[in-house]
Amino acid sequence: MEKWPNNKAWLLVLPVFVIVAFSAIIPLMTVINYSVQDIFGPGQSVFVGTEWYRQMLGDYRLHEALWRQFLFSGLVLLIEMPLGILIALAMPKKGWGVPACLVTIALPLLIPWNTIGTIWIIFTRPDIGLFGAGMNNLLGIPFDHTARWLDAWITVMLMEVWHWTPLVALLAYAGLRAIPEAYYQAARIDGASAWSTFVYIQLPKMRGVLTIAFLLRFMDSFLIYAEPFVLTGGGPGNSTTFLSIYLVKIALLQFDLGPGGAFSLIYFVIVLLFSFIFYQALQRVGKGEKI
Amino acid sequence: MARIELNEVAHSYLPKPKQPSDYALKRIQNVWEDGTACALLGPSGCGKTTLLNIVSGLLVPSRGRVLYDGKDVTALPPEKRNIAQVFQFPVLYDTMSVFNNLAFPLRNRGINETEVRERVMEIAEILDLTPFLSKRAAGLAADAKQKISLGRGLVRSDVAAILFDEPLTVIDPQMKWHLRRKLKEIHERLRLTFIYVTHDQVEALTFADQVAVMFEGEIVQIGSPQDLFENPEHRFVGYFIGSPGMNFLECTIEGNAAQVDGTSIVLNEETAAKGNKAKGKLEVGIRPMYLEVHAESADNRIEAKVRMVEDLGSYKIVTLKLAGNTLKASVPEDQPVPEGRAWLAFPLEWTRLFDDGWLIK
Amino acid sequence: MKGKKKIVGLVIYFILLVIPIYWMLNMSLRSNADILASFALYPKDITFMNYMKIFTDSSWYMGYVNAMIYVVMNTLISLFVALPAAYAFSRYQFVGDKQMFFWLLTNRMAPAAVFALPFFQLYSTIGLLDTHIAVALAHCLFNVPLAVWILEGFMSGVPREIDETAFIDGYSFPRFFITIFIPLIRAGVGVTAFFCFMFSWVELLLARTLTVTEAKPISAIMTRTISATGLDYGLLAAAGILTIVPGAMVIWFVRNHMAKGFALGRV
Repeated sequence: MEKWPNNKAWLLVLPVFVIVAFSAIIPLMTVINYSVQDIFGPGQSVFVGTEWYRQMLGDYRLHEALWRQFLFSGLVLLIEMPLGILIALAMPKKGWGVPACLVTIALPLLIPWNTIGTIWIIFTRPDIGLFGAGMNNLLGIPFDHTARWLDAWITVMLMEVWHWTPLVALLAYAGLRAIPEAYYQAARIDGASAWSTFVYIQLPKMRGVLTIAFLLRFMDSFLIYAEPFVLTGGGPGNSTTFLSIYLVKIALLQFDLGPGGAFSLIYFVIVLLFSFIFYQALQRVGKGEKI
Repeated sequence: MARIELNEVAHSYLPKPKQPSDYALKRIQNVWEDGTACALLGPSGCGKTTLLNIVSGLLVPSRGRVLYDGKDVTALPPEKRNIAQVFQFPVLYDTMSVFNNLAFPLRNRGINETEVRERVMEIAEILDLTPFLSKRAAGLAADAKQKISLGRGLVRSDVAAILFDEPLTVIDPQMKWHLRRKLKEIHERLRLTFIYVTHDQVEALTFADQVAVMFEGEIVQIGSPQDLFENPEHRFVGYFIGSPGMNFLECTIEGNAAQVDGTSIVLNEETAAKGNKAKGKLEVGIRPMYLEVHAESADNRIEAKVRMVEDLGSYKIVTLKLAGNTLKASVPEDQPVPEGRAWLAFPLEWTRLFDDGWLIK
Repeated sequence: MKGKKKIVGLVIYFILLVIPIYWMLNMSLRSNADILASFALYPKDITFMNYMKIFTDSSWYMGYVNAMIYVVMNTLISLFVALPAAYAFSRYQFVGDKQMFFWLLTNRMAPAAVFALPFFQLYSTIGLLDTHIAVALAHCLFNVPLAVWILEGFMSGVPREIDETAFIDGYSFPRFFITIFIPLIRAGVGVTAFFCFMFSWVELLLARTLTVTEAKPISAIMTRTISATGLDYGLLAAAGILTIVPGAMVIWFVRNHMAKGFALGRV
């Protein structure tokens, strides 16, 4: 179906454009403005060109935060994608089990992000938390996420996987449900094993939803702020200071608007760049399907 | 290759069926000899896909048995029955090449590579797929894809039967003809049992040796295309087969003629006698191509009003009204059609009598 | 049987999912003193004092009210502007349409942290700081693109013939849109409303930055439970449980729609 060419359609899009532009462009201009100025006080600033950019790009703390961020997002994708798919495969196709499963699985997604952090703080404390007490007292493994960086990382990862795997599971489930029964019937007739059915029918047909899941998880994990901040505050030390946390520290807490601005733009560009790369790569994987 | 038998098969999709209308299939009792090409023809909802799935094993019937070469396979799943099925839309392994698609069923059975290669090349040749073997299956046109689906069934040398569920649904009209011809060719060459479900009578009548017309969960008539056309055993067969379908007029019997709106239509003596003894609603049936349209009145001709004439090129369809009934007659293109009034003749040999929908023989 | 393994696996996963929430429930039903004094798997002396505190102290319960207000505002605004825009993207070609769509999606990729400070300055400049509408508008940055994206998908599933028939029949555009089109994409509107609600309800950073006292949502208030004696875990836990309740209720009510939506194979 061809779309009707009509430039008056802009009128329909205008409200959206105004609202989003208001929230996007004005702040963006402000940020760009800050990023090229050194601000001493209200109304007193000096144009410094790309100095803040150079400084931030050379900032070793930024580099560290960036590496931590990549490690974090990488682990997230590695764990959540397969786990989500497995859960989707296990979920029932019809009957009362379907709404029951959907509700249970969706629960973590509807909890405010700082509550998530709170839940996990309480849960992992050695004195009052089931997990913390269990580790320390039952299994004898010393565990304290406020003291050791490894424990902090483990806790953050546990929390993150607990929180967001359901999103991958739900998307994968939607993709699975869209596969017509005839494909499974044909596979049975061809004598295909469960593994073959998964690799040759289910996985290819889920490509669309899995791409969405992958991109969403990459983007959101790369931008993450509230959950780790509430849980660890970025610590112990700097060990869980991810990119967003570092940025907020500079811009809001230290009130270094100049460097903060430069950092913001660098941050934004990185996310855009990697999202673009991943998107192209995932599209290419299925390129052979187009005629 | 197998002889397929359906014994007192009935099926309901409801857990506790109570009345006949709860059953998708009311009672099927039928034998398909080995090597037959049979079409299951009928409108949507008549139960043909249900029947097909029972034959293939995708569905276990609520009642009755399915036998392959005398062996009871009712409880066996499709993979154990050795059948192949082609669906309404092409079902392929998108990520594999055409070759691998065809080889897949063989490799799953553990057949060694040389044999696999041989067999795949053989089938690819029969289906004209050889130039595409190394291409990715997902990139081909719909008709090629359906051929691949078919190929996956043919590739297994011991396949018992191939079942088709309206396979030409997504094919372009031009390609439909080619594919139909191809299917017929393959059937003649390999002599496998083909069971073909369709709602398109042209497909059924040109493809099959034998057509089973289904209506509301029953096989109403099974026979050669000619049989179905000339001697429909049920009103529905008369109506469904032929374009346009058979004309029906309610009537009563007096002597050896049917009475329609005060006019007599002479019938065969035997038929008329049986009609006299019949208890249900009586109808006279005649196909449009046998209904004669005349300009003048004569004995045994009934007056009717000409409503419309449609010129379809090599023939014309005349729509007439008689005693409140709408009739259609098919006349050759050069025959003049009177305007306003016409007289219809009902040739004895082509006029049929139906009792409650069933043919009186 | 393979089915058994699946069920066992699912049940294990569900248990793991629910345990941390259960633990918080456990904490919320005990007094802080009790929590710190002894470790217990379930509340031996159940007390509702934490919940009572929240229900009776306006500085607490207003947090919930505030959050509800701006979430509903945001959902309504997002839907209201996104519907016509999604229709435009679905039906029309116009100058810059593909670029516009892409630009909308990139806003979803913007780190909230980047916008926190600029938003703060922007809204304080126009005098909207610490109001519900500020947060509602701020969340539009992320929710409106998402809403347009989802709605456009659903709209493209409706054949254009329906629009054409209505116009031929003499319907004006608004009348057609409201009486014919929207009912057809009911499911899509439902899904979109759900996601807008969800995202706005859970977002913390912007909500906290843009509010001070009048419109402060519960997520920001919760961090105030520090007193002279340290963190009041019981109170914190109760507040947390209460933040889960609206979300749980929403999914419970739409569960059958969700199941049906998945059955239709629409993402």
